[in-house]
Amino acid sequence: MPDWSERYEAIIGLEVHAELKTESKAFCGCSTAFGAEPNTHVCPVCLGLPGVLPVLNRKVIEYTMKAALALNCEIASFSKFDRKNYYYPDLPKNYQISQYDLPLASHGYLTIQVDGQPRRIGIRRVHMEEDAGKLVHVTGPDGREYSLVDYNRTGVPLMEIVSESDIRTPEEARAYLEKLKAILEYTEVSDCKMEEGSLRCDVNVSVRRRGQKEFGTKTELKNMNSFRAVQRALQYEIQRQIEVLEEGGEIVQETRMWDEAKGVTASMRGKEEAQDYRYFPEPDLVPLVIDREWVESVRRELPELPDARRERLIKEYGLPPYDAGVITSSKALAEFFDATVALYPNPKVVSNWIMGEFLRLLNAHGLEVRQAQVTPQGLAELLRLQDQGTISGKIAKAVFEEMFTTGKAPGQIVKEKGLVQISDPQVIEGIVKEVVANNPAVVEDYLSGKEKALAFLVGQVMKQTKGKANPGLVNQILRETLARSK
Amino acid sequence: MELHELTASQLSQLLKQREVSAREVTDAYLERIEALDQKIGAYLTVTADLARQQAKDIDQRRARGEELPALAGIPVALKDNLCTQGIKTTCASKILGNFIPPYDATVVEKLKANGAVILGKLNMDEFAMGSSNENSAFGPVHNPWDLDRVPGGSSGGAAAAVAAREAAYAIGSDTGGSIRQPAALCGVVGMKPTYGRVSRYGLVAFASSLDQIGPLTRDVTDCALVLAAIAGHDPKDSTSADISVLDYRKDLNGDIKGMRVGIPKEYFIEGMEPQNRSLVEKVIERLEALGATCEEASLPHTEYALPAYYLVAPAEASSNLARYDGVGYGFRAQSEGPESIVDMYMETRRQGFGPEVKRRIMLGTYALSSGYYDAYYLKALKVRSLIRQDFDSAFERFDVLIVPTTPTPAFRLGEKVDDPLSMYLSDLFTIPVNMAGIPAVSVPCGFAGGLPVGVQIMGKAFDEATILRVAYAIEQDLGLSNLCPPLEVKAYA
Ligand SMILES: [Zn+2]
Repeated sequence: MPDWSERYEAIIGLEVHAELKTESKAFCGCSTAFGAEPNTHVCPVCLGLPGVLPVLNRKVIEYTMKAALALNCEIASFSKFDRKNYYYPDLPKNYQISQYDLPLASHGYLTIQVDGQPRRIGIRRVHMEEDAGKLVHVTGPDGREYSLVDYNRTGVPLMEIVSESDIRTPEEARAYLEKLKAILEYTEVSDCKMEEGSLRCDVNVSVRRRGQKEFGTKTELKNMNSFRAVQRALQYEIQRQIEVLEEGGEIVQETRMWDEAKGVTASMRGKEEAQDYRYFPEPDLVPLVIDREWVESVRRELPELPDARRERLIKEYGLPPYDAGVITSSKALAEFFDATVALYPNPKVVSNWIMGEFLRLLNAHGLEVRQAQVTPQGLAELLRLQDQGTISGKIAKAVFEEMFTTGKAPGQIVKEKGLVQISDPQVIEGIVKEVVANNPAVVEDYLSGKEKALAFLVGQVMKQTKGKANPGLVNQILRETLARSK
Repeated sequence: MELHELTASQLSQLLKQREVSAREVTDAYLERIEALDQKIGAYLTVTADLARQQAKDIDQRRARGEELPALAGIPVALKDNLCTQGIKTTCASKILGNFIPPYDATVVEKLKANGAVILGKLNMDEFAMGSSNENSAFGPVHNPWDLDRVPGGSSGGAAAAVAAREAAYAIGSDTGGSIRQPAALCGVVGMKPTYGRVSRYGLVAFASSLDQIGPLTRDVTDCALVLAAIAGHDPKDSTSADISVLDYRKDLNGDIKGMRVGIPKEYFIEGMEPQNRSLVEKVIERLEALGATCEEASLPHTEYALPAYYLVAPAEASSNLARYDGVGYGFRAQSEGPESIVDMYMETRRQGFGPEVKRRIMLGTYALSSGYYDAYYLKALKVRSLIRQDFDSAFERFDVLIVPTTPTPAFRLGEKVDDPLSMYLSDLFTIPVNMAGIPAVSVPCGFAGGLPVGVQIMGKAFDEATILRVAYAIEQDLGLSNLCPPLEVKAYA
């Protein structure tokens, strides 16, 4: 693949939908709990039955305001709801209550790190809207295909966060999304579970020749269910657009679907005609007038946000900026760190473990921090066992993995598996003697100056002790023994 | 005097004094409906069993010595766009022909709490769109004063039922005059309260920013009585106002001395029936005789109200009626073999809606579509605020404004059905009130060629008390209360 980055640049804008963590829906009292039996969390209002009227849930405004303030937005003192009209079988009213020309919040930004440098990505707007239901396609007993509708999600409150077209690379897009997710998690307004659809992302992307002022024709990408997918889809789409332009073709403005399995984007059929949503002010809801006092009281409730926490970790614990950035990228991770350091006050060691083993296992198992079974108490205890010489560093990693999957305490694992480190010189000396006697050729190599041979002999001792021998002692005793046999 | 000839207030007295039972009153009305409604066509559904049960409950409660609300035991009928739990609510449309709501409109809840006896659901123009009640999917309503004529629309069933004494009073809805216009054509009192005065929850929406529920009654006293029962803030309707509800009957004493009455010159136009005009002018004379000062007023943007209305109302309607798609409830067009969802939508809506509804959906869709929004919908909203300002400045000088309710008396059935534009003109004098959100009441003020004519009193937002006071003074002065059409009821036993 030729590298076009010298000649082209991409213009990327992201639209993120986050489900708000309110207990009830946006315009009625129905529960928003995930995973209920189909059509059990519904009422005439969220079903859009004739004659019913929406009543706005105050929490929806508060949560959206909180997120918007965390994203440095201005809160509009006057905003309103609009109807977005389109037909879809899971949209009971065939219009969606959303915000169009007067959103709740606008003119914000968040900061990402690009090559170690902070970079500001603008937030164009943050607004509220309602979710639609879900279609389930089944084959009936008669062999015909049916579509069933589950309205549990209709009216679930969503917040849409639209970035400015400030993003230039797929990596920046991913960094933006990760930062946004962290901020939403810190403010606790959304669960941000992509797998449950509580965080969804659409991408607009166009390319232009460097130095060119006008934007190119953009395409919209949909159907991405992870940040990695967003990054990959963008890589593919940017490359595709450049190739089309290089071959003298034109980009068609369209919506494209990301096919995760094939790793390609493909045009969505039936989207040739531009949708006309016929927005107009929602007459069933009065305009939203928000006084400064309310805004300030929500602002006072804002927790410490990722950037501030990062600064604090650098200042308070002397963590390297990189470590602090990784640790604070998720609220749960940062809390895990803080809780561990409170029990084991060596921040750099804790940060190494979190960034190393913990993140490695989370990634390997595809888990979120909150899903892991290991606790800060467990990690602190493990680190103390290592310090006390009860276990070796290598054993510690094995124990940590066991803690991660079973949730057991490290002391218990060490006891059950007999992993206590052998630190008795006499025991080690016996094994060393045996190893030296059994490997005369290697000993010869060592004595003739091949330092590497020592590592082999250490390995043999560790093998015999199933890794439990104190490595420092093994080294020391081995050297002494070999020196004597000269 | 027969029971059905009494007004709600009169019945209330008799019931209170236990001179009659609710059951007797209810039976009288049910018999009257049975005998008469084939001619009139006011009812779509008669809930006889429910009515008798409700009447029995009221009688039992009264017998136990319970203090009951004024409307307890008095039979009411409801326009069929008010949702009634367990009772078909069709909006006189095929598309909702089988719809039974699992909830009551707030107004229905309030009436039930007041002990009302519900006789049934009333015919109307489909989805409240029309001025003659000829757009019902279930057949037209006939004007009780002349069965060859229309009762007006869209609450034509409600006005006819009250005029023909098939209900003590009725509840209708008014989007561009749909209560006042048929009230005028049928010789009853009809009021559109201030927008936000009565909860719209459970009223099947036509144009949400214009719709308002209100009473149709035999006289002004009943109007005041019913308004007090149905008005008030409703947490289920965020556009309903939290403004206190008065006992509107208290000030109905005929005294309007010193009242400042404005006569907007823009309402006395050419094309208005001369008899209608002179009847309204007579009302003005009488008001002056009663001590009010009447002066010319001006509402300069009146001529734009009708065109602006025919953009705003259809625009909202096109969105409100989008939900009738055959997916969740109501009528669904059946077809052979597999079809696409879009085909199902189109066929359902093609078969389910009548021509007037389709016409307005098309108009509204067009007015909202991109490229036309600014020229039509947005422009109409601007006109709307100018109309509001007209009224605001007029009410700085005047307590009420007096205008005709309709330009002509009831026209003949079929006379205007093929000419929608001329039909739209029948609501010319009522539409500005909806555009401004203010209250207005129509009261009978005489007859033209044997047909009733109404005069309209407009008031400041939330000042229903004042327009009722003036309406009452007119009613008493002219002696035109509880008018009865000369219906021959042969089968009435
Ligand atoms: Zn609900």
